Amino acid sequence: MHPASNLNSSFAALADPTRRAILARLALGEATVSELAHPFEMTQPAISQHLKVLEAAGLIVQRVDGTKRPRRLATAGIDAMDQWLAMLRKALERNYERLDAILADMEPNTGRKKR
Amino acid sequence: MNTMTKLTLKTEGDTHILVTRHFAAPLEAVYRAHTDPKLLQQWLLGPDGWTMPVCINDAQPGGHFRYEWTNRKGQGFHITGEFLEVVPFSRIVHVERMFLPDPTPDNRVETKFEPDGSGTLMIIRMTLPDEKTRATMLATGMEGGMEASYVRLEALI
Repeated sequence: MHPASNLNSSFAALADPTRRAILARLALGEATVSELAHPFEMTQPAISQHLKVLEAAGLIVQRVDGTKRPRRLATAGIDAMDQWLAMLRKALERNYERLDAILADMEPNTGRKKR
Repeated sequence: MNTMTKLTLKTEGDTHILVTRHFAAPLEAVYRAHTDPKLLQQWLLGPDGWTMPVCINDAQPGGHFRYEWTNRKGQGFHITGEFLEVVPFSRIVHVERMFLPDPTPDNRVETKFEPDGSGTLMIIRMTLPDEKTRATMLATGMEGGMEASYVRLEALI
């Protein structure tokens, strides 16, 4: 359960680029702390600290597998990543809406400006 | 606008990012808007408030490009790149890196323009050196101004 009051901590957790990168990595599948630490070139304690924040925000969950504690995205984490990607799309879309307007003002075949 | 004009942005494999967008204009016009500096300066801007005072684009194999952006607060960043393949109205392959101010790892970008009904379908396929670079790129935003969008979203919550 992730009530709406968790949204603030979710976005605070997302404000850090490393944590967003960790979520992006987990979006590709479950990973252990050492698996996460390796590509990010960070120490395991540093990664653990970020994971703690993400977990408190309800963005990731862990399960027990012997001595390992693999993390995966929680539903809220998935939604947050979806929103993040949607925002990237929106920012790119801003450019292309401007381009649409320019194209509408060009001669179709030559690509020259009308008038 | 129907869904055909909508932008898609998704990952592919470990190191690719795919972007597609339909334009209601023929290949020639869309291609020119991607290679003519005077046109690029009008739309390749990211969030509101950013301008591109420097736009150098020599779209031919071996040619270079350099785009510099700035905002009202005097913040800025730039991208440089080299063209590997240029097939007018059809395909551009280039390598680029962003200076923030340190250079990001090289991003190989293939841009294709295909006829799509009476318009054009643009397909951009980016190839990053590794999974980590791609994750960082998606996480930090593909443009310098993305953080501003993020702050705006946060303000809405």
